[in-house]
Amino acid sequence: MKVNMVGAINNALDLAMQADPKVVLLGEDIGKDGGVFRVTDGLQAKFGEGRVMDTPLAESGIIGASIGMALAGLRPVPEIQFAGFMFLSFGQLINHAARYRSRSRSTFKVPMVVRTPVSGGVRTLEHHSDSPEAYYSHIGGLIVVEPSTPYDAKGLMLRALKMDDPVMFLEPTKLYRLFKQEIPDEAYEVEIGKANLVKEGEDLSIITYGTMVNVVQSVVEKKKLNADILDLRTINPLDEEAILKSVKKTGKVIIVHEASLSFGPGAEIAARIAEKAIFELDAPIMRVASDSFPYPFPGYENYYIPNELKISKAIDKLLSQ
Amino acid sequence: MLKRVYEGTIDYLQVLDENGALDATLFPKDLDDSKIVDMYKWMSYARALDAKMLSLQRQGRAVTYAPLIGEEATQVGSAMAMRPNDLFVPSFRQHAVFLVRGFPLELFFVYWRGFEEGGAMPEGFDGFEVIVPVATQIPHAAGIAFAQKYNKKDAAVVGYVGDGGTSEGDFYEGLNFAGVMKLPLVTIIENNQWAISVPRKNQTAAETLAQKGFSAGMKSIQVDGNDVIAVYKAVSEAIANAKSGPTLIECVTYRMSMHTTADDPTKYRTSDEVEFWAKRDPILRVRRYLNAKSLWNDELEKKMEEEHLKAIDDAVEKAEQFKPDPKVIFEHIYSYMPPTLKEEYDEAVKNEFWQGNL
Repeated sequence: MKVNMVGAINNALDLAMQADPKVVLLGEDIGKDGGVFRVTDGLQAKFGEGRVMDTPLAESGIIGASIGMALAGLRPVPEIQFAGFMFLSFGQLINHAARYRSRSRSTFKVPMVVRTPVSGGVRTLEHHSDSPEAYYSHIGGLIVVEPSTPYDAKGLMLRALKMDDPVMFLEPTKLYRLFKQEIPDEAYEVEIGKANLVKEGEDLSIITYGTMVNVVQSVVEKKKLNADILDLRTINPLDEEAILKSVKKTGKVIIVHEASLSFGPGAEIAARIAEKAIFELDAPIMRVASDSFPYPFPGYENYYIPNELKISKAIDKLLSQ
Repeated sequence: MLKRVYEGTIDYLQVLDENGALDATLFPKDLDDSKIVDMYKWMSYARALDAKMLSLQRQGRAVTYAPLIGEEATQVGSAMAMRPNDLFVPSFRQHAVFLVRGFPLELFFVYWRGFEEGGAMPEGFDGFEVIVPVATQIPHAAGIAFAQKYNKKDAAVVGYVGDGGTSEGDFYEGLNFAGVMKLPLVTIIENNQWAISVPRKNQTAAETLAQKGFSAGMKSIQVDGNDVIAVYKAVSEAIANAKSGPTLIECVTYRMSMHTTADDPTKYRTSDEVEFWAKRDPILRVRRYLNAKSLWNDELEKKMEEEHLKAIDDAVEKAEQFKPDPKVIFEHIYSYMPPTLKEEYDEAVKNEFWQGNL
């Protein structure tokens, strides 16, 4: 089938619900309306109101109830309408979802896939464009994934729905309908914790994920660079092996993400490279990210999110060293 | 036009008053004197357990602990009302609920020594983990109740929260979720009058905490939380009704001791108030009832106390034999060990970092 990311995730949820009666969906407007981005379109009609539920408008309640469902043996897939609203459920995720397994010594587990649209670039209102992956990766106990293609979105979702762990499934809003891709009709899985080497090259490594993958690809094409492009796909746990392999090969690395720079995922990746491969580098590690302040109003977002020019300048600097 | 669109009232239920006098018209049909003796024994057992925990904590043999003394009737009455398939979701003070539902005391003491192994519930145990962040367990309880309904199980979920917890957003969010979805949830507000140092009247201007259930569209009642029979009756009835939807039960009780072992209540409340409640002690009134019916005496009391102390001491002894293995803290984070975590684990094991100082 040829689908965009919305279609791919919808198809993954459909297949998972057919295969596993424990899978239930819940969230704001996900039923009749199919979600504000239509990711769950048609699923309530197909599986019923008892399995695809419009909940009261309460993010902490949605995540808290999902944790309870998971503790009692179901496999809930809560949707939080926008990443900026998910902070209301932060306590539930950090204090309970991330800890319940270890504090019960695996008597209980929390098999739950939390879906939410992330990142900006689509001129939405305030609080609709956050990139929160670092927050959820910091605590440990939560798996954090972010696909950049329809293929990966379906495969990662089907994998996440088989794991007995809480998975934060971050869906870049900008990529929902940006392009279509031919993907298998049937179920398949993409391994969690494994990066994807999108393009191979010798001169530098560009480590990225989410909305920045296709921007980086465009820069590499236009500048005719001989670069490794590594799409992480999973933010936590990091595929350190793939990162180090690429960096040791090229000796130059730049990390590109839409989340803001300071204390961002790039800092963690850079630290790991520095700890384990610094003597194999022939230039300092570079980072390109959104600036270190909260996401601006949509009128200014194009000045905030890393663009081709910003990435290109950084690459020039890196290659000149 | 002006018309009344809603009217609500809250009933207050008491069956056994502080003098041990019974309101026979309200006496639950499924109760009899032998069950009241059981209630008396469980409440006494819980109080003995509580005293032991305090003593262990003071000796440095247990971590910070939240005493339950004074709240035995609320906890024992509700725990005894649960049917075998029903589940409970505690806050952090429901030690008597764990006790009555058969949680192994040895694990209880391991937990309060500060080790997660004490939270490794035995297979089939009908309770969930102790929850410390206030009221965050109420949405869990709603989700667990959803799962019972979804799986067509004839089971109710009993969730506990304190008076302070009713001010939290999660309290309302959980209740509201259960109300909309008509879930088999019984929420017990263990109103012990104090949220650490803040009195009940500073939590809400509402006359009762029970009436908060109206805003989630559920049946709500206030009960004398120091009357084990009233609590038993209210919870049994709510459980029997759970198939048709949730109930909120406010149990009015009193925290006779400190919030936790780190607290000093003399800073913020008077001894007159504590004395007022001591006269309404939940165990004392049952003893008066049993005495009046010659169902109990000092000899039975002495025998019971010895049994409880022996069981408690045996469990403490076993729990103190528990030897923590530092490696284990890495092993239950995920369903598998990711390579990045494995590296930290290997470093720790190889160097035995837990040896500590040089």
